Order: sequence, then structure tokens, then C-alpha cells
Amino acid sequence: MNTLTEAFLQSFQLMITLDETLVEVVLLSLSVTFKAVSLACLIGLPLGTALAVLKFPGQKTLVVLFNSFMGLPPVVVGLVVYLILSANGPLGPLGLLYTPTAMIIAQTILVTPIIVAHSRQIIVLLAEEYDETLRSMQASRMDIMGTLLWDSRFSLFTTVLAGLGRAFSEVGAVMIVGGNINHFTRIMTTAIALQTSRGDLALALGLGIILLVLTISINALAYGLKTTWEKHSYA
Amino acid sequence: MPKAKILDLNDFSEQRKQQASIICSSLFFQRGKKKILSNISITIPKTGISVIMGPNGAGKSVLLRTIIGLLKPDSGHVILNPEFAGKTALVFQRPVLIRRTVYGNLHHALGIAGVPRRQRKSRIEELIAIGGLAGLENHPARSLSGGEQQRLQMVRTLSSNPKLILLDEPSASLDPQSTHAIEEIIKSTSDKNVKLVLVTHDIGQAKRLADDVTFIHKGKILEQNSSPDYFNSPSTPEVKSYLEGDLLV
Amino acid sequence: MTRILARWVGLVFLLLGTPAHSSDEYILLQSTTSTQNSGLYEFLLPHFEDVYGVKVKVVAVGTGQALYNGSRCNGDIVIVHSPADEREFVKAGYGIDPHNLMYNRFVIVGPSSDPAGIGKIETLQEAFVKLSKGLAPFISRGDDSGTHKKELSLWAKYEISPTGDWYYEVGSGMGATLNITVGLEGYTITDLGTWLSFANKSNHVILYENGSEMFNQYGIIMVNPDHCPNVNSEPAREFLNWMVSPMGQQLIAQYKIDGKQLFYPNASPKMYK
Ligand SMILES: Nc1ncnc2c1ncn2[C@@H]1O[C@H](COP(=O)(O)OP(=O)(O)O)[C@@H](O)[C@H]1O
Ligand SMILES: [Mg+2]
Repeated sequence: MNTLTEAFLQSFQLMITLDETLVEVVLLSLSVTFKAVSLACLIGLPLGTALAVLKFPGQKTLVVLFNSFMGLPPVVVGLVVYLILSANGPLGPLGLLYTPTAMIIAQTILVTPIIVAHSRQIIVLLAEEYDETLRSMQASRMDIMGTLLWDSRFSLFTTVLAGLGRAFSEVGAVMIVGGNINHFTRIMTTAIALQTSRGDLALALGLGIILLVLTISINALAYGLKTTWEKHSYA
Repeated sequence: MPKAKILDLNDFSEQRKQQASIICSSLFFQRGKKKILSNISITIPKTGISVIMGPNGAGKSVLLRTIIGLLKPDSGHVILNPEFAGKTALVFQRPVLIRRTVYGNLHHALGIAGVPRRQRKSRIEELIAIGGLAGLENHPARSLSGGEQQRLQMVRTLSSNPKLILLDEPSASLDPQSTHAIEEIIKSTSDKNVKLVLVTHDIGQAKRLADDVTFIHKGKILEQNSSPDYFNSPSTPEVKSYLEGDLLV
Repeated sequence: MTRILARWVGLVFLLLGTPAHSSDEYILLQSTTSTQNSGLYEFLLPHFEDVYGVKVKVVAVGTGQALYNGSRCNGDIVIVHSPADEREFVKAGYGIDPHNLMYNRFVIVGPSSDPAGIGKIETLQEAFVKLSKGLAPFISRGDDSGTHKKELSLWAKYEISPTGDWYYEVGSGMGATLNITVGLEGYTITDLGTWLSFANKSNHVILYENGSEMFNQYGIIMVNPDHCPNVNSEPAREFLNWMVSPMGQQLIAQYKIDGKQLFYPNASPKMYK
């Protein structure tokens, strides 16, 4: 039996039997990813909107920076977060290294530039269209940004999904700051890395298949939600 | 909105101050080589409906945008009577409704105008009635017909209770029925003591609504007169031929 | 506006505020990967955790990284296998109470067809000479790990400079290096524990495993609480004492894969002059 067939069988078996370890790892993966992407949206959407709407010195530089940060190497982000959270680093006393929180922080840093850059690009287009109307209504800057964000919400969905994709499949940064501790900070991707280094390629690939299945499910679910929402709240 | 520069009116005579809603003094606006506004100086009366006429490309829209502060003149000043400060609104030639329902558009505008959430529903009902939009509340604003969209824009403008409304050809490209509906809204608004400045090149509409008329051609003011005088005894050959339906080029 | 901001900040903390530490007491073990990959901890740790009520969280990295993490106070105890580096770690004041814990040996693995012909060789020196002929690729960890250092010391000892298109420095952990070795039908040097638990052996087998030169000593060291006041030194000491106790040592000897013992206990305190 070749590795590929075996991988499919393994993944199938793990999913069917709801393997306890698998469930634990999947749940942590989902929780870390969703929290990181929520945080990245909380930070990135206002920031992206501000960069689209406000003109201030250094604005263009920031745009270029965020566009570039979309390609931040995860390992570098992991190292920086490691050094900051390290026991004798600046945030050492918080005791966050090797916890899910550390992984959330690292992934938030990786995802935020994606949210900022994409949302800015989407909102710039709408801002052009709404500009004179909103200004003639004497809307404050907060009002303007709020209106643009809300009215772009369906286009921003894809942005959020891009962020989810990056966070969910990321391994370099979470490995360093989470430590891949069994039952505590082990997630799908680090488990895959571990099984690869153990030479259990079938299991690693099986987990990879499950990761893919989950990713597809999340995207399908999000797409379904978006379509229903759009229908019920014409935009 | 960038504030229109509100200068002290002391520079002007007492009478002019009291009678004016807007004073434009020597406005110049140029883009490239093209002089779009050249030396526009005009006093717009404080009450009634002031109509601005002129052929396409005369600079009417640019003038309205300059008055409300969306454009900055290269030189000159727009002086707004302090009574109107912060209470201005602009109805655009082409309405930009936001991507929400009719109800949503009004709710949004009331929010920006600072109307508390609790009071918005009843205000929206009033506005819907004024605009004759009953039954369309939950329709996507952008799926409305041209006339309905323009009416929605007009009542949306009213949601901030402005004291001065600039209207940029609100019924251009609308059929007679829709034009009539728009004019009814204009009249009822004017009856509530709201100052209106209406740009139109519909001569009939100007006759029906205007208290005074200003004629602009190629960025210059050619004539400003009370409505009867303007239509009965135009003082420039351009206005005369315009009123007679000749093509001004 | 302030209300929006307050809500926003609240949400940020809600999202970050996963229960970072469960209420149970735990120690953090910075470990070399071979002991983790071999499955030793999964077998061993429950015995300790049940008796002492202390969880042991294992971060498995290369020996160099494990010692570095310990030196930055990110861990309570380390288990590694590079005696020279351990000595330095303790001398620098990062660690205390170093012990020998257990040993096994390094082995040379390669394809069963053995193109370099080292399977029937008596001495390690001869084996290295044959490998340097370049008849098949040799895969070097190239990552300054304990295993890498061992390999380099052997080339140096036999006065061979490992260069040429047969010598691959891959800069990876043991598992990744073994995957590459199998893929290239090449040779590499690995610790026995990792090899026995490695599942992707394909047609590769152990071709050389004799000799005292291939000795692989594992050590256990507490992170120095004087250097790192944050460490959980009481339970860490309990763990160290348990590991070197007859109980811990016996359990280590009991751990087998396919009937083969992976680690041989040899606990003793280390004395550095
Ligand atoms: N922002 C602008 N930049 C450059 N040219 C403009 C701008 N706005 C209007 N124009 C030009 O100024 C002239 C007057 O435009 P406009 O005021 O829209 O005319 P109208 O009297 O028909 O409303 C036109 O030739 C138009 O192309
Ligand atoms: Mg115009």
C-alpha cells in the first residue's frame, strides 16, 4: 500500500472515530485561528479604513509597509514574539511563552497586515464613490469610516477568509512560540510537522488531508453564511 | 465637510448682510488652462428660491460645490450667513445612495445628523411620506427608479433639518411626473422657511419656482434679477437667446 | 467614542485571555527531539505525574535550542545530549545539578544495498573513509546539534575533510534529515532512539553501530533559580530526583520499540572542575 492511499485511510479513520487526540488538536487549532483572526480584524479593519480615508504624513509609507508585511516570514515573527515573551524579555513576567495566547499573538501579527492591506484596497474604492455625499452630510471621520466599513462588509468577507487561511495553515511561528506541547499547544500544523519528523508520513499526510477538509468546510460555511446574510440584508 | 469659510459680514453693508444667505466674493477656480469660475461675485438673498441657470458646462455644479465647501476656490471667499452655518445640505445631480435599503439610507443619514436612535423611526416615517416612498422602505435603494432615487436623496437631505439646501439639477433627466413630485417637495420645503438655491436649465421649472434668477455663462455671471424681470426683460443678448431656446455656444 | 474604545479594548483582552495556565502545577521541560520523537516521554511522564501531581510540559527542540531556551529562563529543566555544551551551560551559571541520565549510541544508517560498502566494516575509521569516497550521498544535519557535532568530531578525528558533491549539509532536525536521507538513498549518522521510532525507513537499515566512539550520553540539568527567579524549581528538583532514582531509571530501561530497548540508564551526578 503506498503512502498516499494509507494517508487517506488514516485520515478517514481518524475522522470517523473522532479520535480524541485529533479532536483536541483540531479544537485548539480552530480556537487559536479564530481568536487570532478576530483580533487581526479588530485591529486591521479600522486601520485599513483609516489608511483608505485619512490623509496624513507618512500615510503612503504605512500603506507600503503593510503591503510588504503581508509577506512576513512566519519564523521571523515567531522569533520576535519569542524574544518579547521570553522569561527575561520585556513581557516575560506575563508568563505567556508556550501558551495558546502566545500563538494567538504571533498569528495576529501575521494576519493583521493581510487584513489592513486588503481592506484598505476595498474601502478606497467605496470611499471614492461615497466621498462627496458623506462630506456634504457633514459626516465626522468616525461616521465616514463606520459607513464605509459596514457597506463593504460583504467584500471584506474574502479578506477575512484570506486571513483565516494564513493563520490556519501556519506552522513556523506557532511552533516557536507555542512549543508544540502535547495536550496544550499542539495544533494541526505542528502535529503534522511532528509526525513528519517522526517519519510517519502517512499520518502526517492524513492530518494534512483533515486540515484541508476543515479549510474547505470553513470556506463553504462562510460562503453560505455570506450569501444568506446578503440576501436578508440587501446591501 | 470642510467648513465653508464664514467671514465676518461686517465688510458688507448692513442691508446686504441681513438680506444675504450666501455672498460669493471674487471666486476664481481654474483647472489646467480652463477657467471654470472667473470672478464670481454674487449675493444670494436670504429667503425664497434662488435659481441659477446657464448652459451645460457653465460652472454651475462647480459653483455649488465651492459654496458648500467640497471644492476650494483658487482665490476669493464664500461667506455664509452665520444663521445657516452648519445647517447646509447639497442635493447632487446624480444621487449617490448608499448600499442599503430605503429605510437604511434614512436611518444612516439621521444617525449622522445626530438624531437619537429612539426618535429615528418616526422621523423616517415622516420623511418617507414627504418623499412619497411608502411601501419601498425595504427595497434596496439602488434598485429604485431614477425618480424614486432622486426623491430619496431629497428627503435624505432633509433628515438633518437644514436651513439652506443647494439643489443641482434635481429633475434633470426625469419624466414630467417625477419632475412634478420633486417640485412639490421643493415647494413644501420652501414653505417651511428653508432657503433653497436651485440649479436648473429647465426654463419652465425656473418660471414655476424662482423668486430670483442668476445666469451663468462660461464661468461668469451675466445677470442676476428678480424672476419677473429676468423672464420679461432680460438685459443681455445671451440670456435673451437662451430664453428663446437658441443654442448658446 | 470612549464607549466604543472601551468595548474594543475589552474584546481584545477577551480574545487574548485564554486560560494561559491551567490551575494544576506544571514544569516545563526543554528537551532534545530524539527523546520526544522516540515516544519515551509519553511512556515515562504519566508515572511521574500520577505520583507527584505535577504535569510535565515538553518543548522538543534541538539540543542547542533547548539549552538556549533554558539560558533565557524559558523552562525549568533540560534534557539534552551534548556533554561539552552542557558543561558550558552549567559553567555559565544557567544550570545547576547536572546529571548523566541515560545513554544509547549513534548509528550509521544507509540503503540496504549499501553502495558505499560499510556494512561489513570493522572500524569506524574505515567506515568514514569509505563514506568519503562519494559513492553515495552523505547527509549531514548541519545544524550544530549534538548529533552534528558528533559527526564533525569524527571527520576531524580521522583527518577527512567532508567536501564534495556527495556531502549534503541540510540544516535540519534529525527527522527531516532522515527523510532526506531516505529520499536520496544516502547515508547519515543518527541516534538510535530516533532511528528506532522513525517510521519512514523505506529500504534503509543500520549499517554500523559498534564501538565506544558512537556512545551517546543524555544529561539532565535544572535551570538555575538564581539566574532565573521565575523557574518552578521545587517540582523541577522533584522531577530530576525522580528521573535519576531507581524508579525512573528502571522505567527508562523498560521502554522498548519492537522489543528493542532505546535508552540505557546510567544516572550519576556530573562533577565539573
Ligand atoms: N474637478 C474638476 N476638475 C477639472 N475640471 C472640472 C472639474 N469639475 C468640473 N470641471 C469642468 O468645469 C466645467 C464646468 O463644469 P460644471 O460646473 O459641472 O458645469 P455645469 O454648469 O454643467 O454644472 C466643465 O467644463 C467641467 O468639465
Ligand atoms: Mg452640473
